[in-house]
Amino acid sequence: MTALTYARYDLLRVVRNRRYFIFSIGFPLVLFLVIAGSNRHSTIAGIPFPVYYLTGMTAWGSMNGVVSGGGIISLERAVGWTRQLRVTPLPAWAYMASKVARGYAMAALTIIVLYVAGLSMDVHLTASGWLLMTGLIFVGLLPFAALGILLGHLLSPDSLGPALGGITALFALLGGAWGPLAQGGTFHDISRLLPSYWMVQAGEAGLTHAGWSAFGWLVILVWSAVLTRLAWFAYRRDTGRP
Amino acid sequence: MAGVAQDGVPVQDGVPVQDGAPVHDGIVLVGLRKSFGSVRAVRGVDISIKRGQTVALLGPNGAGKTTTIDMLLGLLPPDAGRVSVFGLTASGAVRAGLVGGMLQVGQLLRDLSVRELVSMVAALYPNPLDVSSVLATAGISEIATRRTQNLSGGQAQRVRFAVALVGNPELLVLDEPTAALDVEGRRDFWASMRGVAASGKTVLFATHYLEEADAYADRVILMARGKVVADGTPTEIKARVGARMVRATLAGADAGELAALPGVSGAEVHGDGIQLRCSDSDLALRAFLAAYPAAKDIEVRGGSLEEAFIELTTDDEAAEQDRLEASL
Repeated sequence: MTALTYARYDLLRVVRNRRYFIFSIGFPLVLFLVIAGSNRHSTIAGIPFPVYYLTGMTAWGSMNGVVSGGGIISLERAVGWTRQLRVTPLPAWAYMASKVARGYAMAALTIIVLYVAGLSMDVHLTASGWLLMTGLIFVGLLPFAALGILLGHLLSPDSLGPALGGITALFALLGGAWGPLAQGGTFHDISRLLPSYWMVQAGEAGLTHAGWSAFGWLVILVWSAVLTRLAWFAYRRDTGRP
Repeated sequence: MAGVAQDGVPVQDGVPVQDGAPVHDGIVLVGLRKSFGSVRAVRGVDISIKRGQTVALLGPNGAGKTTTIDMLLGLLPPDAGRVSVFGLTASGAVRAGLVGGMLQVGQLLRDLSVRELVSMVAALYPNPLDVSSVLATAGISEIATRRTQNLSGGQAQRVRFAVALVGNPELLVLDEPTAALDVEGRRDFWASMRGVAASGKTVLFATHYLEEADAYADRVILMARGKVVADGTPTEIKARVGARMVRATLAGADAGELAALPGVSGAEVHGDGIQLRCSDSDLALRAFLAAYPAAKDIEVRGGSLEEAFIELTTDDEAAEQDRLEASL
């Protein structure tokens, strides 16, 4: 109850401050409409271009959505509000859960907006295809939710914006969200170790109903476990005065 | 002196103990120390506060007040020493919802209305107060719907007071609650604070205004350079640090003779200028004029808190400690 009320007000703040949505929705939407629109009937990596690009932009935008929680954390710290919260009985797990929930809510909005744009570009998947793709994207976002919290507790608001934007852009690029990478070679092997690669693969899974390989699940699991642990430590030790 | 009381509870020096530590229905800080690099912010602080007391932590900037408060609130782990809040650890008391804090922070959480912000904090406590009545107590009912980023400094300060209060905590800790407020704002703040203190809560507030400590605390703890240098009722503390200074121009005066005058606790002579530190300035001035009718340019003023601290700490063991450590 306590945690729910807290999370509800946390979310309300984001909804009221719309500039948070520029990176998570605005940019990916515009890119999708422009680029997928002009390559509407071509195929890429064996699948229709709009499907590929929709997953790519959804992966990138929802990544921005979940990590933007870190930006808000950093601002809360800078004004001393994180310390104020620590003098209340709010448990650490509830704090973290609220930040993750807020990130996912923002990601969900990105996904809905981009899917609607996708439908307008004749992206057609079966109902189970949409569900599988969405489910995999949600799982793939976990490491990024933790990353946002981690960086939010490490960096100041000034340095955080560029850091988050740069990191998600790098993950998106290397994961193939902005365009397919070489199919094979060292570069491809590296890219397969990134959670963003598997998020982009969710689009193909939506078409073929094939899901991720065991290796894909392992990659997501390891990234999630490591980053969640680091985020937890960062929150616990972040008690100093701003 | 260890022993066992008649009811079987072990006692030490007349205080019941458990696991070797005294059980106390209040706040106990024992041997607290904290350093930041080479800066020793808190250097052995022992404070014991009874439930229901209103205590002022008085001291100049850099005295270690905020560091002490941070350790009391569980925000900073002490390098050495122990904190007990109503028999619990600092963070245990916070988790149990027994503590409300008004910290020294710049701003409030933005994009919420005043009422929403206070409601959000209320939801975190097990037995919160009614939000509307807290807004009324803090004097912010009229601005309840305003966004927190559109408040004046004084209004924001009152919202922070409401945030500390709304959880209905047993211990209220206010770190310089009136900093950055004008005189009127300060008066308004303390007017709402009086009712809270009267409701039986334990209140600890840090301030560097002697007048605030005097007017609103049952007890004043004076800190300087990381140590407690005096502890007593406001009247006692005022007598120690509220000393007045008499200045005059007087040729050929002897510092020893001046210091021996009734009501004078110390004297300095710089050329023709003399300065008397007075424990009773009325008495001192009469004796001074009777003994030295040639004195002119006479001026009586209140000594500043900083001067009083310097005096208190130079004949204090802290200074002794400094000399010892400097010689090592």
